[in-house]
Amino acid sequence: MIRYILRRLLLLIPTLLGVLTIVFFMVALSPGDPARVMLGERASPAQLETIRAELGLDRPLGEQYLNYIFRAVRLDFGRSIKTGRPVMQEIRELFPATVELALVAMVIATSLGILIGVLSAVKQNTWLDYTSMVGALTGVSMPVFWLGLVLIMIFSVGLGWFPTGGRIEVRLFFEPITRLFLIDGLIVWIRDGDSAYLQSAIRHIVLPAIALGTIPIAIIARTTRSSMLETLRQDYVRTARSAGIPEKRVIFRYALKNALLPVITVIGVQFGLLLAGAILTETIFAWPGIGRWIYTAISARDYPAVQAGVAVVSTVFVLINLIVDILYSVVNPKIRLQ
Amino acid sequence: MSTVEQTSAVEQHREPTPFQEKWIRLLRNKGAVVGMGVILLFIVLAIFAPLIAPHDPLEQNISIRKSPPFTESHFLGTDELGRDMLSRLIYGARLSMTIGILSVGISMIGGVAIGVVSGYFGGWLDRIVMRFIDIMLAFPYVLLTIVIVAVLGPSLTNAMIAIDISQLPRYVRLVRASVLAEKESDYVLAERSIGTSDLELMFGSILPNSLAPVIVQATLGVGEAILSSAALSFLGLGAQPPTPEWGLMIASSREFVTSAWWIVTLPGLATLLSVLGFNLFGDGLRDVLDPRLKE
Repeated sequence: MIRYILRRLLLLIPTLLGVLTIVFFMVALSPGDPARVMLGERASPAQLETIRAELGLDRPLGEQYLNYIFRAVRLDFGRSIKTGRPVMQEIRELFPATVELALVAMVIATSLGILIGVLSAVKQNTWLDYTSMVGALTGVSMPVFWLGLVLIMIFSVGLGWFPTGGRIEVRLFFEPITRLFLIDGLIVWIRDGDSAYLQSAIRHIVLPAIALGTIPIAIIARTTRSSMLETLRQDYVRTARSAGIPEKRVIFRYALKNALLPVITVIGVQFGLLLAGAILTETIFAWPGIGRWIYTAISARDYPAVQAGVAVVSTVFVLINLIVDILYSVVNPKIRLQ
Repeated sequence: MSTVEQTSAVEQHREPTPFQEKWIRLLRNKGAVVGMGVILLFIVLAIFAPLIAPHDPLEQNISIRKSPPFTESHFLGTDELGRDMLSRLIYGARLSMTIGILSVGISMIGGVAIGVVSGYFGGWLDRIVMRFIDIMLAFPYVLLTIVIVAVLGPSLTNAMIAIDISQLPRYVRLVRASVLAEKESDYVLAERSIGTSDLELMFGSILPNSLAPVIVQATLGVGEAILSSAALSFLGLGAQPPTPEWGLMIASSREFVTSAWWIVTLPGLATLLSVLGFNLFGDGLRDVLDPRLKE
């Protein structure tokens, strides 16, 4: 077991190095001059030279690359061209927003997805099964950014139930504690007896979390259904039934426990994708997370920010997938032998 | 080719060929048939767009802007510049179908070639290829497409290239896995013993037997490519105005969520429906082509 984990961790090093390398060259070879982006169109050649020297852009590409790698392994990606602040500091401030959104989306997706999947499997080939599976396939086929707009149109503009974007009402600004606003709101409520923060945070997260959770709901429901169908055909389930154990107990205590194994992998992978793929949802709902930040950085040609953002997000993505693999091998020893 | 067809026509009277049998099973799958219908509809719209569309998709008419659906001669209404929504949606089908099918075709061919060679020869070549594929899979799909387009510059062609590159690794993996399984099988060993060349073995014998999962993946991949190109255009990284691309239409509709629901909803529904078609069909194909999942 430990050998397996060590081998996977060792394999992580070349992968991450490859990620950093690809990110560096993609950004370095992209059109546009960072110095000009910083100084604007009217900068004099002398000013441009000074900035290039400052950023190390006058060095040969190979030297720039080695410099970048050595700094990147120490998590130093330099300063943002746009704001002048260290990019890692900006990421540290923004990442909790993305994590919070992805977590809430995942809680919704997991509970609904498993419920729908189990119900469709138990009621296989009934109208309930057909409706859920057509629904799930529709969910997978959904342009998420459009769903976000439609949700805003109906629930924010039409019914006025939820705000159209942001994480909290601007007038409620407060000094963040954990930067997870739901937790912060809870702390403020307990500490000061003021629930306005928590209420506002909840109202803001509902629509983006639903939009972001739609595809995972669909995928989790489909996986749960097929895994559950397979489990229900197993001998031990038949034995349990013939022993007179009540059907509900057979389904939830005996079958579901085993059927959930592949579902856990899917949940992990989806969570990784949500952390990385929230760009569209965050853009639609003006959610100040890492996805929207990377997108803004790309539009502004803020190279250090793009490099850091993509590297960090990909690293998190790889790490989550690794953790999922290891967890899965813990519960299913057959995997380790491969 | 014609002799093959003739023989199969004769055999039809005795017993269905494996292909016919699969085809019959596919036709019994309701989802697959609906999916096929939807795909055909969009392909017909795409091919005959100039004949079907009632108006020029780019023709502006400010005096009738934001007319709701069923306004005379504008069945689905007009957009913020008075352009006919229906015509824009029909021309949008042309772009989405082209990008979806073309980009998947290209990455499938590339991925299959790399996967077959890598799996067949194995050794250091295989190790290098797989390492590279692992690195590519370390980038989340959406992020990878966005960064590639950002490097290449925003345009529909570059969006397509980005989708190609991002989808390539999965074909390499799929094909490589089945080639690894096939290459030790008896028929390959037999053919090799009579001196069949590597090239013929790879693409003549092994590949046809490894294609089923690839075809399923490609069908589902078209839907994903349509979604990705719409997403890229939505972010301003794909099609540029005034192109009637669905994602771009959704992007420019953002200001009208308060005033004109049809400008917001219709392009999204078109995207959803076309992607759903490919997913339904792909699911049905998987049931037929992958016997392990046969119920």
